[in-house]
Amino acid sequence: MVGAHPRAVVVSSRDEVLARLRAARDAGGATAPEVPREYRRTGTAPPGSPEVVDRLTETLTDYKATVHRVADEDDVSATIADILESAGVTTFVAPPGLPARWLGEVTARVRPDEPPLSVAKLDAVDAVVTGAAVAIADTGTFVLDALAPDQGRRAISLVPDHHVCVVRAADVVSSVPEGVARLDPTHPLTFVSGPSATSDIELDRVEGVHGPRRLDVVLVGPSSAPE
Amino acid sequence: MTTDLGMPTVASDPYGHLRGSESFPVAARRSLADTQLRQNLGHATRTIRAKRAGVVAEVDDWEELRRAGEGVKADVMARLPELLVQFEEAVTARGGVVHWARDAVEANRIVVDLVRGTGVEEVVKVKSMATQETGLNEALGEAGIAALETDLAELIVQLSDDRPSHFLVPAIHRNRSEIRDIFLREMPDVDPELTDEPRLLAMAARAHLRRKFLSARVGISGANFAVADTGTISVVESEGNGRMCLTLPDTLITVMGVEKIVPTWSDLEVFLQLLPRSSTGERMNPYTSTWSGVTPGDGPQTFHVVLLDNGRSNVLASPDGRQALHCIRCSACLNVCPVYERAGGHAYGSVYPGPIGAVLTPQLTGIRGTDDVSASLPYASTLCGACFDACPVRIDIPHLLVQQRAAAVDAHTRPTTQDVAMRAAAAAMSSPGRFSLVERALKLGRLIGRSGRIRSVPGPGAAAWFGARDMPTPPAETFRQWWARTRGPSS
Ligand code: SF4
Repeated sequence: MVGAHPRAVVVSSRDEVLARLRAARDAGGATAPEVPREYRRTGTAPPGSPEVVDRLTETLTDYKATVHRVADEDDVSATIADILESAGVTTFVAPPGLPARWLGEVTARVRPDEPPLSVAKLDAVDAVVTGAAVAIADTGTFVLDALAPDQGRRAISLVPDHHVCVVRAADVVSSVPEGVARLDPTHPLTFVSGPSATSDIELDRVEGVHGPRRLDVVLVGPSSAPE
Repeated sequence: MTTDLGMPTVASDPYGHLRGSESFPVAARRSLADTQLRQNLGHATRTIRAKRAGVVAEVDDWEELRRAGEGVKADVMARLPELLVQFEEAVTARGGVVHWARDAVEANRIVVDLVRGTGVEEVVKVKSMATQETGLNEALGEAGIAALETDLAELIVQLSDDRPSHFLVPAIHRNRSEIRDIFLREMPDVDPELTDEPRLLAMAARAHLRRKFLSARVGISGANFAVADTGTISVVESEGNGRMCLTLPDTLITVMGVEKIVPTWSDLEVFLQLLPRSSTGERMNPYTSTWSGVTPGDGPQTFHVVLLDNGRSNVLASPDGRQALHCIRCSACLNVCPVYERAGGHAYGSVYPGPIGAVLTPQLTGIRGTDDVSASLPYASTLCGACFDACPVRIDIPHLLVQQRAAAVDAHTRPTTQDVAMRAAAAAMSSPGRFSLVERALKLGRLIGRSGRIRSVPGPGAAAWFGARDMPTPPAETFRQWWARTRGPSS
């Protein structure tokens, strides 16, 4: 392959690897096949519909997140206040752009991440409250965008042991393809599905390792069946 | 029988931990005698098979997703050099630095130099097959740098000075009470009252690693997917140790095989459905992180990615064999394999065990000659086909196994009678009808084997093949019959 060239003196690793790969690719076949995309790219119910919000509630609960349904955004702050109080939270971190109305009734002390808190300070707070970019009902997932003002840099939703995440119905989609399509891949993203867990002991899922061990999701929007 | 290994292989053997030190039958015989190991593996693989079957059944377009996954990967192989250059441009434009490594030795040297440049003596690692393959931890150790594995199973393996035996759960061969014993022995600060309750074991790992994470300055990761057009890398994990390593250090170094590329961001919509359901049997794993280069104000401000060849160009040159590079390391084929379930991951020698390892390893290293241990790997299979049915990207592993058996034979300098016999056996294995013939011959062997060992088996060239493996007398039932009876139709 390479190296046999009479004038080649020093070949960089990059050139050599690429030359090998080109030769190998040509030998093995360079015709790109048409990719069959017959799978579903839209979900069974439209984004934000009561059906997808109900399904998200089920899938989140199944993976040990606690879901709190509220009818509209006015009820968010009372719910967050309850969650933090019942968990005994005295201090929590919030991203700089968290809507102030979500915290109106909260009595625990908020530490805004502005200027950015040190890792030691993050480790000393009891909880974090964030929004979410999108949530996927089929899989029980919400996605945090580190550049969204109400979600904040990745460290703040990682180091504290208790995460409270507010998800708006309008941001809930049914399927993974719809979720992926709404995200900006140039931003740092974290897909979260339940509290931290491991399958490393006898291949069964156990909750609670290095990430937040407690996860509460406040889901804002109407449900299909009256409660 | 033709083989597709037309490309010259690399002359030296700087491959790291790909080639084992003994052949599969020799190593497997030892693990088969280990009852505890077989119980642990049997329990874990039964659990995961049931979980996987449940979540796959929820997805009504699963077959369409598999076909799309297969198609995307085939497309990547046909355009790999161009996609890698595109990826390099995107990462560079976003403040990352791209390195290229011909083999394991070079990859390790690059990483060691980068870590030395930071002046730290300890790095935190998130589980990565690529760095296991290159033996990075040993290379760092020689340079006086401690590499701390942070994935629970990797931690168990590292603390007990053991070797990984599974992609997803490297300590799958250990049960909970063995794990407790390892923690009690090796973790200085552990609670002496620790029980074997999984939740408490997980919490012990959390306490053990917490301070290390919070003070880490250099993190090292692998990659599950790398998006060519945006330079985005994705790491799929469960525990949050990955997020810790990817987020808190100042410097992040990612080592990835060149085949991890996908063309576009939207291709992840396929793989993020296929991978978690196939690997941990979850709708979605707890955490998936994605990032592109460096983002001011968030995460590591210095980012390097090392693109590793280490034999992958050998594999790419084979029109069929390159399918082995489609693997997304979900480990479903391990969990359904009757041979893996009994022999365990260590018997394969390579860091890539199980059915995919049996076809990937010999292609990566090439087969050097009659006594190359990699040559025995393609025989570590009954060709029952369960691996293909389970594979989320539809890799035709049984076909590749047969092809690699022929390649093993071709590696000899002079054909011997055994070669001819092995070839014939491989040919017989390639079609179900002929395979049944060999199986029937095996049953006949049970009738005639007096000493407990099969000396000769009637059938198409099977005699030398089985003779060489010193097979114990087979049970009255063949693997295939046993499989059909105990597993029913494929899960
Ligand atoms: S070969 Fe297929 S089933 Fe096996 S680990 Fe790779 S992707 Fe998974």
